[in-house]
Amino acid sequence: MTLVKAAHASTRRALELRDVRKSFGAMQIIRGVSVDIPHGERHAIIGPNGAGKSTLFNLICGRFAPSGGSILLDGEAITAQPPFKINRRGIARSFQVTNIFPRLSVYENIRCSLLWSLGYKYCFWRNVGRLRDANERTERILEAIGMTPKRDAPAGVLTYAEQRALEIGITIAGDPQVILLDEPTAGMSRAETDHAVALIRTVSQGRTLVMVEHDMGVVFDLADRISVLVYGQIIATDVPSRIRANETVQDAYLGSARHA
Amino acid sequence: MTRDGETDIPRLAPPAALRRWAATRRLWLVAAAVLIVLPFFPGLDSNFGRSLLSQMGIAAIFALSYNLLLGQTGLLSFGHAVYFGLGAYAGIHLMRAINGGLPIPMPLIPIAGAATGLAFGVLFGALTTRRAGVVFALISLGVGELVLAAMRMAQGFSGGEEGITANRSLGPHPFGLTFAPQLQVYYVVAFWALIATVLMVAFLRTPVGRLCNAVRDNPERAEFIGYDPVRIRLIAFSVAAMFAGLAGGLHALNYEIVAADAVGAAQSGTVLLMAYIGGVGTFLGAILGAITITWLQVSLSDYTSAWQLYLGLFFMAAVLFAPGGLAGLLLLHAPLVRKRAWVGVLKAYVIASLPALVMLAGGVTLLEINYRRATQPEVGPRMTLFGVTMDTSTPWPWLVALGLVIVGFYAFRRSWPLVSAAWRRADNAALARSEGGR
Amino acid sequence: MLEIIAFSLLNGVVYGLLLFMVSSGLTLIFSMMGVLNFAHASMFMLGAYFSYQISRWIGFWPALVIAPLLVGGVGAAVERFGLRHVHRQGHVAEILFTFGLAYLIVEFVVMVWGRNPIENRVPAAIDFPLFTLFGTTYPFYKGLMMAIAVAMFAFLYLAFKRTRLGLIIRAALTHPQMVGALGHDVPRIFVLVFATGSALAGVAGVIGGFAFLTEPSMAQSLGPIVFVVVVVGGMGSISGAFIASMLIGIVQTFAVALDYSLLDLLHTLRVAMPSDSPFYAISSIRIAQVAPLIPYLLLVVMLIVRPRGLLGTRET
Repeated sequence: MTLVKAAHASTRRALELRDVRKSFGAMQIIRGVSVDIPHGERHAIIGPNGAGKSTLFNLICGRFAPSGGSILLDGEAITAQPPFKINRRGIARSFQVTNIFPRLSVYENIRCSLLWSLGYKYCFWRNVGRLRDANERTERILEAIGMTPKRDAPAGVLTYAEQRALEIGITIAGDPQVILLDEPTAGMSRAETDHAVALIRTVSQGRTLVMVEHDMGVVFDLADRISVLVYGQIIATDVPSRIRANETVQDAYLGSARHA
Repeated sequence: MTRDGETDIPRLAPPAALRRWAATRRLWLVAAAVLIVLPFFPGLDSNFGRSLLSQMGIAAIFALSYNLLLGQTGLLSFGHAVYFGLGAYAGIHLMRAINGGLPIPMPLIPIAGAATGLAFGVLFGALTTRRAGVVFALISLGVGELVLAAMRMAQGFSGGEEGITANRSLGPHPFGLTFAPQLQVYYVVAFWALIATVLMVAFLRTPVGRLCNAVRDNPERAEFIGYDPVRIRLIAFSVAAMFAGLAGGLHALNYEIVAADAVGAAQSGTVLLMAYIGGVGTFLGAILGAITITWLQVSLSDYTSAWQLYLGLFFMAAVLFAPGGLAGLLLLHAPLVRKRAWVGVLKAYVIASLPALVMLAGGVTLLEINYRRATQPEVGPRMTLFGVTMDTSTPWPWLVALGLVIVGFYAFRRSWPLVSAAWRRADNAALARSEGGR
Repeated sequence: MLEIIAFSLLNGVVYGLLLFMVSSGLTLIFSMMGVLNFAHASMFMLGAYFSYQISRWIGFWPALVIAPLLVGGVGAAVERFGLRHVHRQGHVAEILFTFGLAYLIVEFVVMVWGRNPIENRVPAAIDFPLFTLFGTTYPFYKGLMMAIAVAMFAFLYLAFKRTRLGLIIRAALTHPQMVGALGHDVPRIFVLVFATGSALAGVAGVIGGFAFLTEPSMAQSLGPIVFVVVVVGGMGSISGAFIASMLIGIVQTFAVALDYSLLDLLHTLRVAMPSDSPFYAISSIRIAQVAPLIPYLLLVVMLIVRPRGLLGTRET
């Protein structure tokens, strides 16, 4: 029985989008996106501005409900569920525009983000200072994102790069099996980007990563497979080398980068 | 960068400071000791003084519950008095039952208030916490008006505008305490105030409490870390209502009468005033606000019939110039005190306060003259203010007051650069001192 | 019976139009600036008091023009010197500012005119019957009120939908930051909007002051209902405010006229209820008693079911 289950598990996709559509009024933003992402894959989504990449993330994570199609996490439908229910199933996302808790300290930001995943839920009888597992994990994540020196600073006064690091920290704090990163290196310098890439590589070890990125260096460095989203449709999903060679992709997207 | 645990990053009333403040149990013991000896301080050791302390204690619990709602969870409510008042009604009815023979000692009355507050908090909260912000504020206004109207109509339960009375000394007398003397009532209030504060601090350090702050800061992000903001708000709302009901129960015990205005808009407005003037978002702020406003309400009305006007002006000044309230102002100066760089700033303040006082004296005179003429014309044109007797039917008092205002304002404005300079010097001195200490 | 219905309808319409006059300015301010102006009903009160004073010095018709202008001036000053500094602190601070302002305006009124209601009688110039129905006369000034209210609605509707400024304001309903980024002097527009909204409330005060007892607490009685109108009608919709005003005005006027209770209904059905039954107290509540509650019930229900309101364009 377990063998059958194990076999099933390896064929079940971590994340599956089936003909997902989204319209805002008369504007069709996502026009039928289908993609299968297996467990453990690092998948990048690239495309020109306005293609609908952030909208796609918003649909997956429940910020918006799709106008059509379905989204499955580990074989189970998560279409149109509220964000907190989807998050509890083990999928977390970061935001393109930093979306942290400004008046809480860096430490608190991380710790709050992992409380549910540790099972504390709506507990009102235990002191967070005494929760050993929560505090240990918070320390580890602070180390991983390099924010230990600033642990007591209110998150609102951090520099941009520090806030981006915190953003990633909040996303991975709950130990999600599927991580969605929305332009994690936006606005970063070369050095900061290299640092971020190393961090992303470490934290996505053994997990599924879906990433929206504009920095091609990062994309070709990290991704196992790449999907190209243009005008709400995926025009190609393949390994990086074949995407680079793909003429349709070059015309629609990379071509402009070549001439830039 | 941080220097050995100290940061030069400005404190934004964060829970980190709170944790440090409350983590040492010594502080609670000191607080308890202060509360015990307070009614014997000179000036407070009269019935009036102890009554004032009791009022402040009740107001403090009420304001702390409001801080939980607004400062910690970001829910602005214009109808928080509903839970205070309903708790008070529960208290007074329980007292009547005890008067009729129910063998429960009076100090347990606040528990009935708390239970009532909690019950109604859950009930109304479930309906109203699905939205936050302006929508929530308006719903709370509507609910407040509805409950007030209901209380006015349900004469049998609420006694309408005249209210319901009970006797706090007619019941079991544990350890020979009758609760007739104000001193005994004060200790009941102080006891519950301490318990309530401890519980609220503890609540904020639980997972739910931390998430209340998170939901206040960024409700959307809270969803993406697995929490339903609506559920968090409901929990915060219910807990805040519970403590408001606790304060209400004490109110019933203290005054032995509860009327419909206990749930009214004026009461809701007062607690908002207290929270804001004291400083939204900090426990210290709520307590300071409660103490200050209670004291002003009680004592200012002795000096002037325009005390509500002054209270309003005070509030406006806080909104415009000191949005962090009294606690915010204190915290602003805390780094100075710590680095011992406050002397220069204090001197500048003293210098600046002289023209400010002149300006205020003129302003107060003008207000008082007008107020008295409008509301008490029968008293006649002579009046005494600040020890000076004047005849308000002549133009002199007006001119002098106006002159004081203008001159004072000018001089005050001229003193502002002095204060800024003093602050800059103090900042530099503090910086130098920290660096020198390495 | 017909008489009751006819007069209730007429009075309900007048009351509804009065509510609209006061709430139209609030809708304008709230839609444009996102500020829930607690002091709006206070502007209404100032309009009534100013008009009373100016009528005594000069006459009624000048007062009809000057008083609203004065109130508009007060509004402009409030925005320019007070509210402007509070915008950056967020909506909560703005609400609190207007909350305190309402308080202060009441105290100011007390200081100048005293605590007692003032003799704000309908001036002789407009105190004549308009028509007679069922033996009771209907006064001209109520007709004047209706005319002014309709004129206000027309003015706002046209200004919103036909002028360039109206276009900008409508854009600012849903995208205030963008409008500023496009180069419009948003602070100056704010002053204009706040002044206009206050002036509209002032006009309502001049006329409507006769319908109410002119006293310092009139703002407090009317204030919450005006909020109900704006919320129920929908944040940002003048038409919505109109519909909501009429709805509340007519329903409440009818409710006050209906002095029946559940007990009366049971009596008609020949059902007896003993006077010591626990439901007796509730059943003997008359509709007229509940009438003042109707707006708040509507508010709470609307906010729970449809926070956008009837015709609103955005929630906050």
